[in-house]
Amino acid sequence: MEMRLYLLQRISAIVMAPLVLGHIAVMIYAVQDGLTAEEILGRTQGSVLWALFYGTFVVAVAIHAAIGLRTILHEWFGVRGVALNGFAGATCFGLLAMGLNAVAAVTVTP
Amino acid sequence: MSHLRRGHPLWYAYVLHRVSGLLLALFLPVHFWVLSRALTAPQDLDAFLSFTDYTPVKIAEWGLVFLLSVHFFGGMRLLVLELTPWQPWQKGWAAAAVACSFFLSTTFFLQAI
Amino acid sequence: MSTPDSMQVSVWRGGPDGGRFQSFDVPRYESQTVLDVVAWIQQEADPTLSYRFACRVGMCGSCAMMVNGVPRWTCRTHVQKVLDANRMEIAPLRNLPIIKDLAANMDPFFEKWVQAGGVFEGTETRTDGYAPIVHEDADRANADAGIECINCSICYAACDTVTGNPEFLGPAALNRAWTLINDAKDGSRDRVLDAVSSKGGCHACHSMGNCQQYCPNGLNPLTAIAGLKRATARRALRGR
Repeated sequence: MEMRLYLLQRISAIVMAPLVLGHIAVMIYAVQDGLTAEEILGRTQGSVLWALFYGTFVVAVAIHAAIGLRTILHEWFGVRGVALNGFAGATCFGLLAMGLNAVAAVTVTP
Repeated sequence: MSHLRRGHPLWYAYVLHRVSGLLLALFLPVHFWVLSRALTAPQDLDAFLSFTDYTPVKIAEWGLVFLLSVHFFGGMRLLVLELTPWQPWQKGWAAAAVACSFFLSTTFFLQAI
Repeated sequence: MSTPDSMQVSVWRGGPDGGRFQSFDVPRYESQTVLDVVAWIQQEADPTLSYRFACRVGMCGSCAMMVNGVPRWTCRTHVQKVLDANRMEIAPLRNLPIIKDLAANMDPFFEKWVQAGGVFEGTETRTDGYAPIVHEDADRANADAGIECINCSICYAACDTVTGNPEFLGPAALNRAWTLINDAKDGSRDRVLDAVSSKGGCHACHSMGNCQQYCPNGLNPLTAIAGLKRATARRALRGR
């Protein structure tokens, strides 16, 4: 189990490396001259590429953040066993659900 | 019952990586929720985005980008440390070089536009 | 500026259920070590003080204690190096249960040493020839870098991950496992890799580096554990 969590954490990190750089680049570009929904959605709606980019990002970050938070809960707050793994699973699922919903919200053509 | 003196670079890197990760993880649900307003209530999204014109919000945005960069570079450093048998001095220089180049290129970009 | 006649030394007194710091005025001498200070207190001021030492020359590790928040060999720590405004604080090693006063219970440390697969398993008998050891070999160099560990437990006391995760085997035990994996004479590589892949194994390390920062022998458990992570990951990805 520890081996699997460790590998998942490292692999999700490697997957996200280019995505993080891409996201920061997008943010630097988008933030110029103010942010509007129209401007953002004009770029992302109907785009399969953005859906894949951010969809992958969401899956990877849901796994990565859940495992990271699990470690913090265990080492800094002493949570163990079923409570610990239950929380991690719920976090992963929650981030996945909210994240994919957000990706759909900005890429699906209304 | 006894404290531990901890102030060395590797330990700071560890704390920074952990705290930045924690703050980012707490920010994510908010981020996802705001974006999800785009489809069901785009005017809400716009109202929220208009907040970004305020300077304190811009500073908070910069803070979030900083957290993400710090966590990203810290993570890269860890991957190099774990996956390669590099010597400590090589890793330090590699990390510094990448961080510097990123800082310079980003600053350039912001200035150029 | 002349050395003041005495200094204020705060010593932790107590047992497994807790304790408090007790202050002593200890005379200062030239070339005094922290172990000298502890010995003076027990011999001249309070005979009920409990502490451990043996060789007093920096090769056994028995005298390891927390001095001003830093785990050190007290026999090799000069007072003038650690005195802060003529005061000093001495406490038992962190992360270990206390027996009494400055004596910590080393049992968990040694149990984890064994748990991490630290027992050597030879592959030959006395009738076989000597095993050739080539020090220039990369594996042997890795082993050589870690075999000077004297089990003083300073790295274990310094590690915050040990504090937060009671199952974490700790830097010394994992460093030992790494030396065995790199030892051509040891035949239990898979067993050791299994042992360090368990709960509290090498993957629980967060590379904060207190171990290599404070090891008095200059060892680097941080790199050793990174090596274990590589070895276990390679094995797992190959489907074993």
